Amino acid sequence: MMRRILPRPLLALTVLLLWVLISSPISAGLLLLGSLLAIALPLLTRTFWPDPPRLARPWQALRFIGVFAADIFTANWRVARQVIGPLYRLSPAFVEVPLDLRDPFLATLLGSIVSLTPGTVAIDVDQQRWILLVHALDAPDPQALVREIKERYEQPLKEIFAC
Amino acid sequence: MSPALESLVALLIVLGALFILLGSIGLARLPDLLNRLHGPTKATTMGVGAMLLASTIFFSNRAGGRVSLHEVAILLFLFITAPVTAHLLAKAALHRKKTKGGASDG
Repeated sequence: MMRRILPRPLLALTVLLLWVLISSPISAGLLLLGSLLAIALPLLTRTFWPDPPRLARPWQALRFIGVFAADIFTANWRVARQVIGPLYRLSPAFVEVPLDLRDPFLATLLGSIVSLTPGTVAIDVDQQRWILLVHALDAPDPQALVREIKERYEQPLKEIFAC
Repeated sequence: MSPALESLVALLIVLGALFILLGSIGLARLPDLLNRLHGPTKATTMGVGAMLLASTIFFSNRAGGRVSLHEVAILLFLFITAPVTAHLLAKAALHRKKTKGGASDG
């Protein structure tokens, strides 16, 4: 019964939390409306989430977000220097990252993380061969970049979502 | 609001503006579409991030104000949508490259 009304409790909770965030002076009426939305939205979008990955280690997820924020910070400084420095020193490259994960949602998440980190943009996920195609602004050593993406982002994601 | 907090807000706004400027410089200077994509990603993450943090601090510490957390929602939506745009642009660029290489361009 519970599963029928709340197929994805975590998604419902996220919707409710967002609702509380954007309707800042919160009142009972708004909270009620938010709760209805939190129940309705996951039900309506259920078909778009064929099998939701399971969040196995929430605490590790928090740590991962911290690492990610720090990476955005350092990568920003690096790219800032590269952009105002001499351009001929850059070696842009397409890099193919072979994936170990086999989940469309996680692949999307990994691609987004790669895109948000300055200096790299995820271009394509090949779901036949499970390869993430990445374009890097400056990758003199493509193998090092592949290793970095796999160790820093893919491995933790796999552990957090237990797959 | 104390002078220390005010200077922190000012610093964050200047930092955010600086990164948006650097992103735009990257967009203008880099040679081709795929390389140029790297400029705006920086502007969205650090530039807007710093400004939103400044906004949170400012509006949470105003006289009679309460904790302002709208910015968290803005940042979240931005972080969800920005990679999608970059992804679509990159895919379109790659597709055009492929068709240009295959057929004779008219």
